[in-house]
Amino acid sequence: METYKLVVNGHPMEVATDPGTPLLWVLREELKMTGTKYGCGIAACGACTVHLAGVPTRSCVVPISLVGRRPVVTIEAMTGDPVGRVVQDAWVSHDVVQCGYCQSGQIMSAVALLKAIPKPTDADIEQSMGGNLCRCATYVRIREAIQIASGQLK
Amino acid sequence: MAKTQGTTKSTVTITLWGLAVLALLLACSSRTASAQAASPERSSRIDSRTARVEGLAAWDQIYSVLTHPRCINCHTATNYPQQGDDRHRHVANVVRGAEGKGVAALQCVSCHQEANADTTGVPGANGWHLAPLSMSWQDGNDRILPSAEVCRAVTDRSKNHDLDGPGLLKHHTEEPLVLWAFQPGRGIDSNRRTLPPLTHDAFVAATRRWVDAGMPCPPIK
Repeated sequence: METYKLVVNGHPMEVATDPGTPLLWVLREELKMTGTKYGCGIAACGACTVHLAGVPTRSCVVPISLVGRRPVVTIEAMTGDPVGRVVQDAWVSHDVVQCGYCQSGQIMSAVALLKAIPKPTDADIEQSMGGNLCRCATYVRIREAIQIASGQLK
Repeated sequence: MAKTQGTTKSTVTITLWGLAVLALLLACSSRTASAQAASPERSSRIDSRTARVEGLAAWDQIYSVLTHPRCINCHTATNYPQQGDDRHRHVANVVRGAEGKGVAALQCVSCHQEANADTTGVPGANGWHLAPLSMSWQDGNDRILPSAEVCRAVTDRSKNHDLDGPGLLKHHTEEPLVLWAFQPGRGIDSNRRTLPPLTHDAFVAATRRWVDAGMPCPPIK
């Protein structure tokens, strides 16, 4: 066990855990932030996506020992994020969600995409969101909601 | 007595002739050797032929490393990297992106950190990315290119980020992703990833021999 200092959604936090513990389990089990979901555990589905120093990151495969001083941002902070707020509103207005399990990861990826490319093409969306799987196949609505959000961003 | 004298005379004659022939042969041989030693062109031709043979032998060793999955999986000619010793397409719909670092919401560093993550099976090193398309060592069907073609790509400064011999040696010695190939960590099955056929020290030594020999490439067949 080792002690790690983290900054999660702007708040300094401290956890004592094994160095190999994935960031996902630190968030969910140690910090009780359950908005970030466990999907596949091998970075193949994107449900666990968080932002690490602004980079959309699969938290299920990043051991806490490799997080370092990089700030962590999770779905819980999206309401207070200008782009995150717009994306969430688009998700609601376009009724994107079916079961919803993958959607926190989808939104984290969509926000990262729009911060990098505010006016993405459909090809940009398909490539960037291609690693976020949705068993309910809400892909078409996700793409449309991203375009709606993009239209609302300056 | 007379017979003995005649025999002795003829033996002496034969011996003298033999010595004369031997002296002539030695003189010719010595003249040929000195002529050879005195020809810098010939000597230089032999030296350069030897250097080329040694250089090509070193290149064969280098090629065996470059085409190992730990190296060639990121030297693809396609829009995606490969994984595993069977060089299958990377999972999660990972794509190359404009700079070989993935795309906005799905970057190489979305998973690959600065070091191997052995508890989760994800390899890592500083600056994880795909090699540029100019340094593809495979064709569009994921088939590894022949030695002669890989050698020409590696030595073409318009394709290799303008690296000359010392630059290539430095790249093989210090580049974090090259170093990673020799310490690739554990896979998702917890088993250690297979290693290239040479140690890193032997790879660098082979590169040095190849560079010193003038970076010869095998002929294209």
